[in-house]
Amino acid sequence: MNTPSNLQYTKNDEWFDPATGAMGLTDYAQSQLSDIVFVELLVEVGDTVAAGDPIASVESVKASAETYAAAAGTIAEINEALADTPEVLNSDPYGEGWMVKVEGGEPGDVMDAAAYEKFCEEREQ
Amino acid sequence: MTYIPISPNERDAMLETIGVKKLADLFDAVPAKHRFPELNLPPAITEMEAASELGELAQANESTRELVSFLGAGMYNHYIPSVVDHILRRGEFYTAYTPYQPEISQGTLQAIFEYQSLMSALTGMEVSNASHYDGATAAAEAVNLAWAVFRGKRTKVVVSPTVHPQYREVIRTYTQGMDLELAGDNAEADLETGPEAMTELVDDNTMLVIVQYPDFFGRVYDYTKMIAAAHEKGALVCVVANPTALAMFKTPGAMDADIVVGEGQPLGIPMWYGGPSLGFFTTRKKYVHKMAGRLVGETVDNRGQKAYVLTLTAREQHIKRERATSNICSNQGLLALASAVYLSLVGKKGFRQVAETCYHKAHYAADQLSKLPGMGLCFTEPYFHEFALCVGQPVEEVNQHLLDHGFIGGYDLGKDYPTLKDHMLVAVTEMNSKEEIDAFVQVLAEVAHD
Repeated sequence: MNTPSNLQYTKNDEWFDPATGAMGLTDYAQSQLSDIVFVELLVEVGDTVAAGDPIASVESVKASAETYAAAAGTIAEINEALADTPEVLNSDPYGEGWMVKVEGGEPGDVMDAAAYEKFCEEREQ
Repeated sequence: MTYIPISPNERDAMLETIGVKKLADLFDAVPAKHRFPELNLPPAITEMEAASELGELAQANESTRELVSFLGAGMYNHYIPSVVDHILRRGEFYTAYTPYQPEISQGTLQAIFEYQSLMSALTGMEVSNASHYDGATAAAEAVNLAWAVFRGKRTKVVVSPTVHPQYREVIRTYTQGMDLELAGDNAEADLETGPEAMTELVDDNTMLVIVQYPDFFGRVYDYTKMIAAAHEKGALVCVVANPTALAMFKTPGAMDADIVVGEGQPLGIPMWYGGPSLGFFTTRKKYVHKMAGRLVGETVDNRGQKAYVLTLTAREQHIKRERATSNICSNQGLLALASAVYLSLVGKKGFRQVAETCYHKAHYAADQLSKLPGMGLCFTEPYFHEFALCVGQPVEEVNQHLLDHGFIGGYDLGKDYPTLKDHMLVAVTEMNSKEEIDAFVQVLAEVAHD
């Protein structure tokens, strides 16, 4: 499992990058969902989101999940490429798989990489 | 296939797991006196006696076998090749529940896939679902699709008053509690105006426009301009289409419609007593994730052989739960098969011949009927196989006179449209011979007066 130490994580398996304002789904989440075939971003540039607001709806071949904002802020950018290449959520969840970027991101209930890894391990048991 | 494949051992194991001694204990909640109520049935009769009694009851019905019908209004009397029924009744298909498991249901899944391909071709659209229970349901599901596309940011639906009155009723029922504004859905509206009347109602809050093709009065409009105008405002357009008409007229897909739905009954399905029937639903590929119902896709199995399987199921309610765009997780399997068999049998040319025969016979009938004193066509627009006829007197009385002479007359339009009192909707199909049309005109001539 890949858990970059520069990111912050939620219990709902989203990540937030305080340096860039980007957020998305974690590596753990994509491995649980298996092949992701569809992503719909539920927000537009200029929208204001609170931490915990739904930002995307994700469908894999066998499951469906909502992604929630890990941080509050104003949507500055959305990853429109995801609509055509949802599989990057599987292959590169922290890179090409970013979903939205916020300005003035105020993280909600987040933890650091070590705590998140522990949280994932506990769920595996 | 066996649907409840349970052995006595398995049953006992299940009972033990839930802590129940015997099956009957599960019914403890039902008071003993209600478990086997006295039914007061007459003495048992033999199969021969039962068949005779049921035969007599059946004969009390009047059907299009004995009567000549000019009634349509959503259900149409078309010829059904006998092969359709023979295929439907094969044990592999004739089940109460559509088996979707690819391991055991390749035949059923392939039939649905063929049905989807036929419907997409017929409507000129990119994607078809595995069908709905009827055309009205399919029309209401179009509202759900549009709702999901705009996620509540637009809340207005424009429904033409010339969409089938019962479809409009189902749409109203479906959308209760969705906080939608339904505009245009007014039976007292000016019915002479064409699609432009709908364009005027479309604004920046409009998510969907619903029109019918041909409309409820049989009129054929080219909706291309109206659809372009709606798109300019960002709204989607759903066309409710008669599949037979699509064999000879421009497809809604070619008019750039976003959703095309309709009643599949004309495609090899009897009218019965108003159902069961078949709803078809087609759309653009970009909306497939918002589409209701089942969808069968073609793939390859682990040996590289062509195979069929339900696809994009994660959008459906059994997985997506309350976030699904629709609560429909089934289809009208057997009748979707019937329509696929029908279309395959008549073929592309044959289907166009059916449509053209309906068209020409309807126009012949309309010409003859317009010559009768006090009668005439209500509208001047081009029409397909159905037209509104002014009879100048209560339709109920005219229809009784027709029934006395072996005819089922047209639909009483005054019931749904106050301005069309004393008007009937006459449908003519390939089933009506020239002699029957002439006789129908003759019987109407007896009551016609200025």
